[in-house]
Amino acid sequence: MDVFSSAVTLLMDWQVLLALLIGSIGGVIIGAIPGVGAAVAIAILLPATFALPPLVGLVMLLGIYGSSMYGGALPAVLINTPGTAVNALTTYDGYPMTQKGEARRAVALAYSASFFGGVFSIVCLMLLAPLLAKIAPHFGSREIFLAALLGIILVVLAHRGQIFAAGMLAAFGVFLQTVGLEPITYSRQFTFGQTWLTSGVDLIVVVLGLFALSQAFLLLTQPDERPKLTSIEGSMLSGLKELWLYKRVATVSSSFGVLMGMIPGVGEFTAQFMSYTYAQKTSKTPELFGKGAPEGLIASEAANNAVPAAAMIPLLALGIPGEALTAMMLSVFYVHNVIPGPQLFQNDMPFVMALYLALLVLNVIVLVFLMFSTNKLTKMIELPTRLIGVTILLLGFVGVYSLRNSITDCAIAAGFGVFGVILKRLNLPIVPIILGMVLGGIMETKLRSAMPRVKNPLDMIERPIAMVIFAMILLVIALHIRTLIKEARNPAQDVDTEIHPTQGGQ
Amino acid sequence: MTRLKGLQELFKRYRRPGDIVFAWAFLAFSLFLLSQLGAQAPWKSGGKTFTQPAFWPTVSIALMTFFAALHLLSSALSPRINGRWAEVWDWVRSVEYAGWFMAYVFTVPQLGYLATTIIFAVLLAARAGYRDPKVLMGMAATGVTIVVLFKSFLQVKIPGGAIYEVLPTTLRSFMLTYF
Repeated sequence: MDVFSSAVTLLMDWQVLLALLIGSIGGVIIGAIPGVGAAVAIAILLPATFALPPLVGLVMLLGIYGSSMYGGALPAVLINTPGTAVNALTTYDGYPMTQKGEARRAVALAYSASFFGGVFSIVCLMLLAPLLAKIAPHFGSREIFLAALLGIILVVLAHRGQIFAAGMLAAFGVFLQTVGLEPITYSRQFTFGQTWLTSGVDLIVVVLGLFALSQAFLLLTQPDERPKLTSIEGSMLSGLKELWLYKRVATVSSSFGVLMGMIPGVGEFTAQFMSYTYAQKTSKTPELFGKGAPEGLIASEAANNAVPAAAMIPLLALGIPGEALTAMMLSVFYVHNVIPGPQLFQNDMPFVMALYLALLVLNVIVLVFLMFSTNKLTKMIELPTRLIGVTILLLGFVGVYSLRNSITDCAIAAGFGVFGVILKRLNLPIVPIILGMVLGGIMETKLRSAMPRVKNPLDMIERPIAMVIFAMILLVIALHIRTLIKEARNPAQDVDTEIHPTQGGQ
Repeated sequence: MTRLKGLQELFKRYRRPGDIVFAWAFLAFSLFLLSQLGAQAPWKSGGKTFTQPAFWPTVSIALMTFFAALHLLSSALSPRINGRWAEVWDWVRSVEYAGWFMAYVFTVPQLGYLATTIIFAVLLAARAGYRDPKVLMGMAATGVTIVVLFKSFLQVKIPGGAIYEVLPTTLRSFMLTYF
């Protein structure tokens, strides 16, 4: 109870509350604009939050992360275009409902399912927190190294159909973080005699290039689009009542979201796939899925909105980010010299609890905001995409240049921006590069510090948790090989050559 | 069941035209890095394998090359998709906007953040095909909002422009602090 009251005290600071309000409402608006997404917004705002106290900065970024998917559901339902990549599945049943004249019902259900998923995951994690605080200290260097390795393997294998590309891009990420002055022997690695490479390639510069600038360049080079929307009449509150009828689907989908969010490298897409499959298999009317089934919409939205809170678990308890957005947030911790990991859970539980409470409050703020301003929000969707591109380009500059006023950083970011355009146009994933950079750094440090206690390879897995993680690595690889054999027996027939929003790629 | 199969397709990522060009370029880049390993990240004598500074560059470049070779192989063995060079041209077109971005970067220290942002907001909107004065004014207002939000309100570190030096002292310090 002491922890809870300390957390409430931390949260009751006006700066924190203002950051929460700006983050959550800003996140909804950003999520609703197709082509922007939370990753672009967080990348741009990241350097600006470095000057703020850690909780204020993190709460603002968390606000954007947790609320963008609410906003993203709106264009997914109304115009068949997901606002953020993780709302893609929402179009499957949301848009057919709009075509049947049930737009209000679909939007209300999407909001309600998102709210349920968000609150469900936070309650689960608050209840789990004491247990995590007990388990986290048992994670030493070996366990964290293996967990980071599992994260990299999972992020590669999660990109089905693009495993080789995801593998080479993750390895490229690991390589990028080794460039520059090496901290142990102070030797220069892959600097080619260039002084500007000595300080290495900064993660935030790469993130801003790959997420923000590439999106600006992409929008500016593509034909202009300006979708037209009709307004939605009626109350949104009916969604909460109707959700009650589908509480089983909502609960199971949120549970998938929590579980998949906690595993590094997996995230929203897998959670949605599992919950949608479950909802369809257990439905009395499976033939309606894809034609406007409310259960399908609920499965998609409840699962994706349960992920952000759960994704904070490996980040806070082990210092391991599971996807691109938490990887960006990790840099906020480092800048303030707050090192996430077992120590944080052990010594600063009120801080962790305050973050969870902030997430809870944000879900309420967002729901209330959407109840009254959905129609105004639809106007944001009508913004021309090229003008959005111009705005992202201008904002991208603030992000990169304010970091250390370096023109070199800007040039590197512009280079990664062009690289990001190529990846996005080829439907290749960006996330493995970012996770490769972050997890590669963690693996390097942890392997080095584990070495004095490892005399032979088996010492790596002599402790129970290390052994469990190692068994998970073997299981994941074995399951993937099994899937490959199955696919080889039933090869896919159609080839899709359209551009799709990639995971976290917006 | 067909819908479930359709859903699986959604989670897969397929090739687009130009894939093989990228695959060749990435493999060439990986092989170049591999050839530079000895010179750029030499293996130190003595010392354990895992604590060698060159260990992670070696592992990452080896994996990059391995996966890049497999990616190229899968791309080469798949049916050809027409329009590869048109796609490559689309990549090249994005370099123009990287140029605009760098021009913006070089102009800020000269003209100051506020003036440069307004000018580039309007110029880029015009480049994007907008000529309507209302839209251009709207973009200028967007530029002002960005500067006020980040520089005046959030106080991000962006130095003042060289042009501020010619302003009267009081106005200069005001501009340096807020714009």
